[in-house]
Formats: sequence, C-alpha cells, structure tokens
Amino acid sequence: MIPLRARSIHFNDAAIATGASILRLSTNPHRPTPLRRQEAYVTSLDQEIAPGFGWYISASGEAAEGLPQDVPLVELPSDFGYLGDGDVVSLEPKSGIVRVLFRKSSSYNHFLLTERCNNNCLMCSQPPRAVQDGWIVDEILQALPLIDRTAREIGFTGGEPTLLGERFLELVRATESYLPNTALHILSNGRNFANNKLAKSLAAIRHHDLMLGIPLYSDLAHLHDYVVQADGAFDETIRGILNLKRHGVRVEIRTVLQRPTTDRLPQLARFLARNLLFADHVALMGLEVTGFAKGNLDRLWIDPADYAQELRAAVSILTQAGIKTSIYNSQLCVIPEELRQYARRSISDWKQQYLPACDRCSLRPECAGFFATSGTKFSRAITPILSEAA
Amino acid sequence: MAGEYISLPRDELERFAKGELPSNEQSYAELKARHFLIDDDTNVAIDLLALKTRTKLAPLANFTGLHIFVATLRCEHSCPYCQVSRANDDRTEFDMSEATAARSLDLVFQSPSPAIKIEFQGGEPLLNFPLIKYVVSEAKKRNESAKRDLAFVIATNLAVLSDEHLAFAREHEILISTSLDGPAELHNRNRPRQGRDSHQRAIDGIHRARAALGFHRVGALMTTTAASLGQVRDIIDEYVSMDFGGIFLRPLSPYGFAIKTKFYQSYDQRRWLGFYFEGLDYIIDLNRAGLDFIEHYAAMVLKKMLTPSQTSYVDLMSPSGIGIGALVYNYNGTVYVSDESRMLAEMGDETFALGNVHDDSFAELLLSEKLLEPLEKSFAASVPGCSWCAFEPYCGADPVFHHATQGDFVGKKPLSAFCTRNMAVFRGLIERMEADEDVRGIFERWANLI
Repeated sequence: MIPLRARSIHFNDAAIATGASILRLSTNPHRPTPLRRQEAYVTSLDQEIAPGFGWYISASGEAAEGLPQDVPLVELPSDFGYLGDGDVVSLEPKSGIVRVLFRKSSSYNHFLLTERCNNNCLMCSQPPRAVQDGWIVDEILQALPLIDRTAREIGFTGGEPTLLGERFLELVRATESYLPNTALHILSNGRNFANNKLAKSLAAIRHHDLMLGIPLYSDLAHLHDYVVQADGAFDETIRGILNLKRHGVRVEIRTVLQRPTTDRLPQLARFLARNLLFADHVALMGLEVTGFAKGNLDRLWIDPADYAQELRAAVSILTQAGIKTSIYNSQLCVIPEELRQYARRSISDWKQQYLPACDRCSLRPECAGFFATSGTKFSRAITPILSEAA
Repeated sequence: MAGEYISLPRDELERFAKGELPSNEQSYAELKARHFLIDDDTNVAIDLLALKTRTKLAPLANFTGLHIFVATLRCEHSCPYCQVSRANDDRTEFDMSEATAARSLDLVFQSPSPAIKIEFQGGEPLLNFPLIKYVVSEAKKRNESAKRDLAFVIATNLAVLSDEHLAFAREHEILISTSLDGPAELHNRNRPRQGRDSHQRAIDGIHRARAALGFHRVGALMTTTAASLGQVRDIIDEYVSMDFGGIFLRPLSPYGFAIKTKFYQSYDQRRWLGFYFEGLDYIIDLNRAGLDFIEHYAAMVLKKMLTPSQTSYVDLMSPSGIGIGALVYNYNGTVYVSDESRMLAEMGDETFALGNVHDDSFAELLLSEKLLEPLEKSFAASVPGCSWCAFEPYCGADPVFHHATQGDFVGKKPLSAFCTRNMAVFRGLIERMEADEDVRGIFERWANLI
C-alpha cells in the first residue's frame, strides 16, 4: 500500500509558525522564481536544494541539509518517497499530520467530500460518521486550483456528497472552472436527486465530463433497502437516477457482488435493461472486505466461483441490450474466461496488490489484483494463468 | 402494460388476482420486480411504468418516416400473388411523372420526421429508372436545406438490373430490397416470367448488387404461397446458403390478385402457423449449432417483449402505422395510407385513398377523417377484445386488414386471422423461451439486434 496520510510527523519551528498549508509540490530546481513561494520543494539527496520555495519536504528518510532555519520544513518517512512533481499535499504542522490530496502520476485521485451518509450499507468500505466535517470542502476548494490541468479524471466520494447541498454544487462548479479538461466521477447513492431541484441544479453547471456512480443492489425494493439499511432508499435512488437522466447527467449503475444479491443478478440485469436502458455504464463490483464488510462478512461473503453462472447471465443480458458493462475488482482467474474482456483494473493503485501465486501468472499485468485492504479472504479459484493457456 | 410479462401456473395467477399471494413466494417477487404489483415497500413502479409507456410511444411524435413511391405499375413478371403489377408493355400511362414526383416530394419534406426513407416500388420500379434518378437528385437537393437523415431503397426483382442501375445506386448509397421465395423450382413457380429464369436472375442480381453496393446493402423478402407450406426448411436453407443473416417468414396478405386467384383461401391460418413454427424451430436449431440467423417477425415481436423499444413494422404498431408510419404515393398521384391500402384500391376499394398530391395539401391529407377515423377506432388499447388481452402490448392495430376481411376497422377478433395468427405467434415465442434458457438467450440476442 502507498500511504496517503501520516501522523506524528516532525515539522520544524518555521513550519509550525507558518501554519496549515495546502501546497503543490515541485521537484524542479529550475522552477521559475515567482512560483516557488507558493510551492513546496521535494528535496532529494543527489540534487542541490533550490532556494526560494515556500516549503521544503524531505521524503528520503534522511534529514535535509543546508537549509536555513527560517524556512518551513517537514520530514516524512521514506515510504513517502513516491511524492513527485505536481502532487498536492495538505500539511498541518500543529497536529503533525500530512495528507496527500492529489498524485499527478496516478489515475485514481479521489476526494472524500464528507463522512456523513444517509445510507448505512452492510458492506460499506468507508463507514459513515455523523461528524461536522465542513472543513473538508474548504480544503478541496483550495486544492482544486493546484491540480494539474492535464489530469484525466478525479473522483468525489464520501459518505454521501450530496448531503453537502449547495456546497456540493460549489465543488462541482469549482472542478468545471479549474479543471476544464478533467473528467469528474462522483459516487453518490442518488437518493437526494429524488429532489428534482438538486438534479436540475447539478445539470445546470453543465460540467463537460461528469458521471455519477450510483449503486443499485437489487431489482427488488426491499432487498436493496436491506443492503443499504434504509427504508425507502430504493424508490429515492430510482427517482434520483430518473431525474438526473432527465436533465442529461450521465449515470453509472454500480452493484456489489455479495451473498444477499448475487442470486438475483440476472433479474437485476433484466430490470436495468428494461427500466434503465439509458444508463451510461454498469459496473459489477467484487466485494472489498474492509469497513462494515469485515464485521458482516458471514452474511456477505460468497466465493466469486459460486456466482460465476449468475455473473455470466447478467453480463450477457446487459451487453446484448447495448449497455456498456464492466466487472470491477475481480481477478481474471476467478471469473469465466469469456467475461475477462469486461474486467477492468479498477482497484486504486495505492491499495492494490497481488499474491505470491500471481508471480507466475501471464495475465497479471491486465488483472485487477486484490484489495490490500481486504485481508486474506480470497476465492478458492485463485490460480495462476500460465502463458500456454493464455 | 409496458410490455413485461410473467408466466404463472393457473392457481398462482388466481391467488394473485384475489390478493392472496403471500409476499414470501417467488412469484410475488417476480410480479413486483416487473411492476405487476405494488406494495407498501415501494411505489416507484408508477414512475417506471409511465417512463416505459412514454418510451414506447415517443417515436409517434416523429410522424411519417417511410415514403413509398410507386414508380410504375409495369412489370415483366406475372406473379399470381401480386396485387398491383401490370404485365410488361410499352404503355407509359402507368408510370409516375416528374410532376407527380415533385409534388410528392413537397409532401415528403413536410413530414417532421428527422429520418426520411424513400422506397421505390412497382411494378418493377427499374422499368422507370429515369424517374428514380429524378427523385433521388431532387430529394437530395431539397435535403441540403431540410437536413434530414435521408435514405433510399429500391424494391426490385433484379431481373432487369443493369450496371448503370448499380453505378447509380452505389453513387447515392441506395439500398436494394429484392424477392427471394426459396429454391429455384418454388421461386420460379411463384414468380413466373418469360424464360422461367426469375430465380437465376435474382441470385445473380444479389451477388452483383452485393459486390457493387456492399454486402449489407442488399436485403431479400419471401412471400409465402400454398406451394411454400411444405418447404420451409428448403426456403430457409436457400437464405442460409445465400449468406443472409435472417429470413422474414411472411404470411400471405389478403389483397389484390391474391384474393382473386383464390390463393388466400387456399390454406388456413393453422397451416401457415405449422409452416411458421416448423421454420422457427429449425432456425433456433441453426442458432444452437452456432449460426447467427434470425427470423424477422419473431425478432420484431421479441423486441417488444424483451426490450423497452418498439418496432417500426407497420403491422405491429398501435396506434396503427397507417399514414403516420408510412405513406404511399401512387404512380398517378393518389396518396394511400399503406402499401396494403393501395392493393385494396386496385380491387376497387378506395377507403384508404387520402387524396391526390396534385389536389390536396399535407394538412388536408394527414388530418383527413379517412386517416384519423381508422387510427382512432382501431387503437388496440381501447378496442373490445384487445384492451384486456394480455398480448396487447405486443400486437398491432390493422384497420386495413380488418376492413378488407370484415368490412370494419376493428373487426370481430375471434374471426380475425390477424388475431389468431398473432396470438399463436406470441404464445409460441413465450412458450419456447420459458421452456429453454438457451432459447431465451437466442431470443434476447434477436430482440436487441433489430
């Protein structure tokens, strides 16, 4: 795993005096002077320290030498050595916290907008907390102008982002203003869009490349409501999807492959093909065993080898209906061979890993691999695909 | 209502109807998922049903997309089942004039449809090739400002197909639709011409047209006659060997010469259904063996059963597709609501003649009671015998057929061959996919293909 945050970090006195900062990083000793003051320079051992930057970050595990005392400096452990040019970090000298907000080299940059949620899903990987966390929005609004304007995509997650109301719209507006070439993917349960006003307001921003990823777990209302642990959620989510599409906002339907719902997967696919044929994408997602999913594992776990039949039927129904379909988070050796073409390398790079058994597999470069967060719960069907079979 | 179905054992159906089906039963879940029932849990079904109904009916707003030009009634074939052609001679009084074509095009481009398809029919339209050339160039000229999605089709027997025809069709991306009734003996018997070489000329023409225009720009239709009934596999094999992606196993229509020559009465619906299902099962077996090959009538019905979309096939539309789905401009300028109504007129019944391109405006033709009355009266969702039929979402309204056979736009459905035939087809399709998951898979593919 790549660490995206750290506590108990040492900041020098000048840093503490400067206070909390959100900064873009530079590794370029020839960076134009006018930009240096607002950026942090990442020191490296083989490079002389360039003067004039607002901040300095040492991520080599060694103390940076040759810096004047009055320049803010933070020393990070060596597993932050990945930090590079164009990354954006949040530094909190007083509390000793460092968080990486954006990595230029990664295509998996997500911003958590809030920890609050109006669903309470059995398998939530990011269990909701009822906290006042409005500061997050301020931070993201500061970070967005610093993000590389060639970034391909960024994501908003939660919690439920729409609980922020007007501030949610403000964030979407900011991405449209500062990142006119960057796709925005928002994970939402869709319920608040049952309010047509919100859907209309979001559409009115006319974001150039927006997709809402909305989960739907079953064709049956009570089953969906059970999974998300909220009465009436199914109806609100469906109405939300209809409102968004009515106003021309693209919607991706996401469903998690877990025991309570896999046996009706073909029925869900038929429901989507019949009722929500205009969905822009359907993602069938392998379970991430973290957060609530860990505690509820007995209820949720089904070996992917045991739902291969249902998965095959569902993909066939969806793709024949012309719906763009992907399988996320599933290993290529576990899903039926004819479905491999739909599998995506979907696990964010910072929490993606392979098993020792994967070393011999010829398809490893194309495989989603495993959640490093998922512990040791693996399918019995895991087996390296050897090149002669590939 | 919006076309979803569920097949239940009779006792479960009765318990459902009486409100006695317990919520923990499997069929309860299926009924709920397909919006046959709403319970305390959810009421979003209303929104989804409304949406599906709107989706189904939305294409109506486009109005007429298919415009049929009868270029000439002359033909060098003398098919006994043909409703409209005149034996070949040099008389040009059955040819459409440029003046008539120009007035017809005025009307074509008054249709609001974003997609306009102009189909040349006959007779044999290639016998009046100068008119085809005129219409194509004139339509394209008008389309420079009208900006429609404009397409052309020539329905031809290919017997007189020349390289000049092909070069023109290639230049203007014109589609070719031809007749292929089956193997040589059957085809030549159905479609006599001097030299008894109709089949050979059709086959040669298909090859030449594919080479010149592109493989997928050539289609073929078969007509079923009494002689066809025992030969469905041979007919299908003919299409398979000619590398077509499917076949349309068509019923014989009751119009024109077909009735005069007693062809229509020569076999009843039961015999046609036997022919149809023997063919359908054979095609299903071909698919099981790995050949992608569809039966078009089934595919159009399945599209209505298994997808939220509709077919634009006139016989399966309700409100009926007459006039609002297609308009026919006869050689002499008379405007008919469908190809069948032109055939009916050839038998002396002008019920569905809306007027003439030289005398009437677009509004006069399309708002004519001669169109509105049969449309309104035959709308299946409000017709006795249809409105409560479980198959209504799949069926069409055919006021021309019922007028021709029963003298009434609606018709008594128990006496209607249209009703008997369609009910049997709907039932047959559902039975087949309920009994066999592989068939369901094949049918789902067909439904989404067309």
